[in-house]
Amino acid sequence: MPLDVNGKSYETDEEGYLANLNDWNEDVAAALAAADDAELTESHWEVINFLREYYEEYQIAPAVRVLTKAIGKKLGKDKGNSKYLYELFPYGPAKQACKYAGLPKPTGCV
Amino acid sequence: MADFETPELFKNIHVPKVQPGAMASDGPFIAKPDHQEALGFPHELVDNWEQKAVEEMGNTLKKYRGLRVFLDSCVKCGACTDKCHYYLGSSDPKNMPVARQDLLRSVYRKYHTPAGKFLSKLGLEGLIGAKSMTKEVLDDWYNYYHQCSECRRCSVYCPYGIDTAEITMAARDIMAKVGQGQKYNNEIIGKVYKIGNNLGLPEPALADTLEGLEEDIEDETGVKVELPLDRKGCDILLVTPSADFFAEPHVDGLMGYAKVFHEAGVSWTLSSKASEAANFGMFIGSYENMRKISLRIREAAIDLGVKRIIFGECGHAWRVAYSFLNTLAGPFDFLDQNYPIPQHICEFTHDLIQKDKLKFDPSENDWMTLTFHDSCNVARASRMGDKPGGQFTIPRDIIKTVCNNYVDMAPETIGEGTYCCGGGGGLLTDDLMAVRVKGAMPRMTALTNVVKDDGVTHMAAICAICKSQFSKVLPYYDMGMDMIVSVHQLVSNALILTGQETDDEAEQAEPSTE
Repeated sequence: MPLDVNGKSYETDEEGYLANLNDWNEDVAAALAAADDAELTESHWEVINFLREYYEEYQIAPAVRVLTKAIGKKLGKDKGNSKYLYELFPYGPAKQACKYAGLPKPTGCV
Repeated sequence: MADFETPELFKNIHVPKVQPGAMASDGPFIAKPDHQEALGFPHELVDNWEQKAVEEMGNTLKKYRGLRVFLDSCVKCGACTDKCHYYLGSSDPKNMPVARQDLLRSVYRKYHTPAGKFLSKLGLEGLIGAKSMTKEVLDDWYNYYHQCSECRRCSVYCPYGIDTAEITMAARDIMAKVGQGQKYNNEIIGKVYKIGNNLGLPEPALADTLEGLEEDIEDETGVKVELPLDRKGCDILLVTPSADFFAEPHVDGLMGYAKVFHEAGVSWTLSSKASEAANFGMFIGSYENMRKISLRIREAAIDLGVKRIIFGECGHAWRVAYSFLNTLAGPFDFLDQNYPIPQHICEFTHDLIQKDKLKFDPSENDWMTLTFHDSCNVARASRMGDKPGGQFTIPRDIIKTVCNNYVDMAPETIGEGTYCCGGGGGLLTDDLMAVRVKGAMPRMTALTNVVKDDGVTHMAAICAICKSQFSKVLPYYDMGMDMIVSVHQLVSNALILTGQETDDEAEQAEPSTE
């Protein structure tokens, strides 16, 4: 199903993940979140931006521990844990945050 | 099946009244052409797929004599009907193992038995329950053979020992070979071939992740514990599910293995080529893919020059390793024959405990009361140690050594009668969430009982799929996602490393406030 943002149509897969990484922009991210009835706050953006930076370097989303550690370093220890991330992304930081960041869904036994 | 109801829990595992069609659906997402191609399967349903499916069934029957025996020997006694967690959780009669088997058996009867062939000519095949291979049959196969986790619990209670998992595997293999594979499994196998693991975690990301874990262990214990990658000339190659690098509580288990290896004083390494223990080739019933995935481990062991191979906490990987690795990828005559080939991390740790080589402070786990979930593939398709039932006693011995509070769940729900977590066999995907949540009902019942009666707070497991599945489904049953822990996470909590700062020492080092 395609995602329509600002008059442009973007290809997504069956689960609503963006088909092409390069299609992503902030409006697309907001629309992806809106499709799940979620709203992106500054706190969401901090995570999403880190995910995109990490992906650019490593071609994969960061492991949960890598993510919590990085967020903890950047934003303080009280935020460097999975509880905080699950509050932001109740469907799981790996999957939901990746979706809004325009990254492919992590696969495997996760 | 987007909206579904979580089954109600009763004091005892409730056998529901049948609700025909309760789980009717289109099944999981179908593999895309590129997922199919990577595995050597046709891109999409081929033109003459009905005929091709019948032929493939014939080939499979020639290859696996067991399959014909399983298809011929069922007497419809009904012993299996209330043994499947997916039936118990969903009420759909096609999830009774016998009925699920019959989806394939009816086609087998028409095309591959003398009676079926003869009666078909007279148009009387219905007399023996034989059916043609039609689109309707294929749709039922695709839906219901993805509501079986190949856990083999039904086989334990079948008086003929019919292995439903073999039938599910055969059906999935036939479907993939006529062009209708499952996206989740096939996409993942493609990543194993391309990148080395189910996650698609490339070598630099893996190296970075491991480095981070080394820092974490050092921060916590003051001891430098290595997690080496692709280090040549080590004694041990550790092959572990890639979820151990990525997810929680898996990663806590991985740090536990590293600490055990460190304390044992052995040299070990991970491999970026074999950075995955899982073998989804088994889930899709594809010998060719299972073999290709297994061969990576052999190649990595040879390249790195190791003497031993140890598997991390992964249920079906241990089935493939224990039961099939030697025939798939052997002979392993280049490894040290004085050790089990391959060995399970629990065997390794257990052995050190027996020899009194590890020092523990079990009070570190006193804030928890543990129970243990036997993973289906470990319980019913493998063994550990040198005694029958070692796969049940060894993990429990380890937990009881490192934890003071341990309680088993009801006996009929553990050991060889263990209930699947609900997400095994290639079903651990969001598009099968209804199947997963419903299939978890029996385990959730048994767990809820020990929570209420015995104050259990956490459940340990030795399978990456079980861990991920439970962290996802526990909240549906009003329990916390962090109730599920890795066995080696418990080991890690209690293990005292040589030179480690203990809490007491840390306290003493601080200036007194008095």
